[in-house]
Amino acid sequence: MAGNWLLAWRNIWRQPRRTVLTMLAIAFGAALLVFSIGLQLGQYDLMIQNAVRLYQGLFQVQQQGYHDDAKIRTSIPGIELLARKLRQQSGLDSIAARANGFALISSAKRTYGSLVVGVQPEYEKYVSTLPGVIKQGRYLSSDNAHELVIGESLARNMKIKPGDEITLMGSGRDGSIAASIIPVVGIYASGSRELDRQLVQMPLAAFQDIFSMQDHGHAIVIYHEDVKQQSQLHAVFKDLIADQQQLVVLSWDEIQPGVKQMIELDYSSGWLMYIVLVAVIVFSILNTFLMSVLERTREFGIMLALGYTPYNIGRLVMQEAFILTSIALIAGTLIGLGVNYYFYIYGLTFSGMDEIARMYNMPAVIRPQISPDSVLIGPGIIFLFTLLAALYPASRIRKLEPVEAMNHI
Amino acid sequence: MTTVVSCKQLNKIYQQGSIEVHALTDINLTVEAGDFVCLSGPSGSGKSTLLNMIGGLDSPSSGEIMVDGQRVDQMNKSELAELRLHKIGFVFQAYNLIPVLTARENIEMVMQMQGDSKQYRHQLSMAILKEVGLEGLENRRPSELSGGQQQRVAVARAIVDKPCLVLADEPTANLDSANAENLLQLMRDMGEEHQTTFIVSTHDPLVMSHARRLVKLHDGKIIENHEQH
Repeated sequence: MAGNWLLAWRNIWRQPRRTVLTMLAIAFGAALLVFSIGLQLGQYDLMIQNAVRLYQGLFQVQQQGYHDDAKIRTSIPGIELLARKLRQQSGLDSIAARANGFALISSAKRTYGSLVVGVQPEYEKYVSTLPGVIKQGRYLSSDNAHELVIGESLARNMKIKPGDEITLMGSGRDGSIAASIIPVVGIYASGSRELDRQLVQMPLAAFQDIFSMQDHGHAIVIYHEDVKQQSQLHAVFKDLIADQQQLVVLSWDEIQPGVKQMIELDYSSGWLMYIVLVAVIVFSILNTFLMSVLERTREFGIMLALGYTPYNIGRLVMQEAFILTSIALIAGTLIGLGVNYYFYIYGLTFSGMDEIARMYNMPAVIRPQISPDSVLIGPGIIFLFTLLAALYPASRIRKLEPVEAMNHI
Repeated sequence: MTTVVSCKQLNKIYQQGSIEVHALTDINLTVEAGDFVCLSGPSGSGKSTLLNMIGGLDSPSSGEIMVDGQRVDQMNKSELAELRLHKIGFVFQAYNLIPVLTARENIEMVMQMQGDSKQYRHQLSMAILKEVGLEGLENRRPSELSGGQQQRVAVARAIVDKPCLVLADEPTANLDSANAENLLQLMRDMGEEHQTTFIVSTHDPLVMSHARRLVKLHDGKIIENHEQH
């Protein structure tokens, strides 16, 4: 078979200019796909990272059923102890306990419904960017302080500023009325309209006191910067709470399915563009292969006369397609990978992105993802469709009759 | 003597629109092993059609063709390919060789299809190149060889693995008389040395003069069939 590969290799260089142009088209397409897919996946990484970093964490330990029906009574007893145990056993500092409740909060002029969250200020800064985006005043000072921070939109709607007091009224865990007057010490601007409009944070101990929670809470938020380690970490934390069967470890995509769905939708629409690109490449290659087969019809007739079968010749054409495509794809993939690597090291930024990122305490650059998926999917699809395209001219050979072929001009 | 080719009541009719064209009519022909037969006649007489049918490149409308004891007219495409690969060598008028392969590789390509080892192929191809007088030119591509040299390579390729039959269609048509003479002499020598049967179609009197047997065709019929020399 070495001889056939040699013949195939020499055949592709019969028309060097055409071969080089075809290879360039494939290589350019492959490089573009590797870069685009890498960038797209990198953007998704950033989106996930931002979603995870902003507030929800990579995982949350909750009572079973709490995520679907967030009742204040569906709580975890001894939540601070459990959070401490998880920190110690996992070696991660970025683990914080929270308690959630719904309440009406009123200023002198207005009343709004809001989500009140009790947090551990000491650890919250490790799991969320909120403590870092205080625009006025300051963040919560300690676990026991009787104070709260409030979102920028909510503060504007309620017409309050740091130093003002608000009245909070809700329902405690035991069914009692949870009511308190608490000073606002800070106003945050997270960039998330949803959070800025309705989320209020206060120290966990104060929350437990007001909402009659005793030592209960609702979620232990776990953050880790490497989303790719999600499945390993999930297994670790599942193992650490294995003795408490009523608890579950939810990952970010279970907590925020909307982000995942948005990514999936964007990924699908991105593929529409890629399919068009692959189609353009494949048609240009099909043209090359077809030309190359048609101009050799007479030669194929001679080969048939000498005892080659149409299958032998068809295989030769497929080998030519394989060699040409492989060389071009390897070159294109390496170029694409090189570009991705450059931007992975130095980052890619757009005008204005710096400012927005600084404002919301988020990374200012996009880094293309370098992974088997980002590197191999695009070239793999081109490779597959190119070989499929080569099947057409190869299949035409099946119909060749030696005499007709040899008389072909 | 062993019969290598036998044609009985062979007919070939082409349909051109509503008109039937009789390319061959009731051809009966027997060729013995080691013979050098020349099919002659003017253009359109049916000599190439007959050659193609014997070689399994075209199928008859009726009649029987036997090559080395096998019914060619009853074979399917893959059986025909096998027959051509193992038992028949071909030399065509021109553009016979694969342009991207060297002289040696052109000779070896059929042997490679036959499954011969690389060493055996190399040994045999070098020997045959020496026999046809192309020693030292083995690494040249067809474009680097003269027309006569190219036809010598084609002859070498046709006989290298000792087929029982070599079919040559107008092999001297593109050669000057000196090269044509050399080629014919080579074919006769090779035929005698390797006990190979040659059937050559031509309208070149020089080729006819070299044939041991001359078969003349006219309008698809054999009008003469006699021994020479």
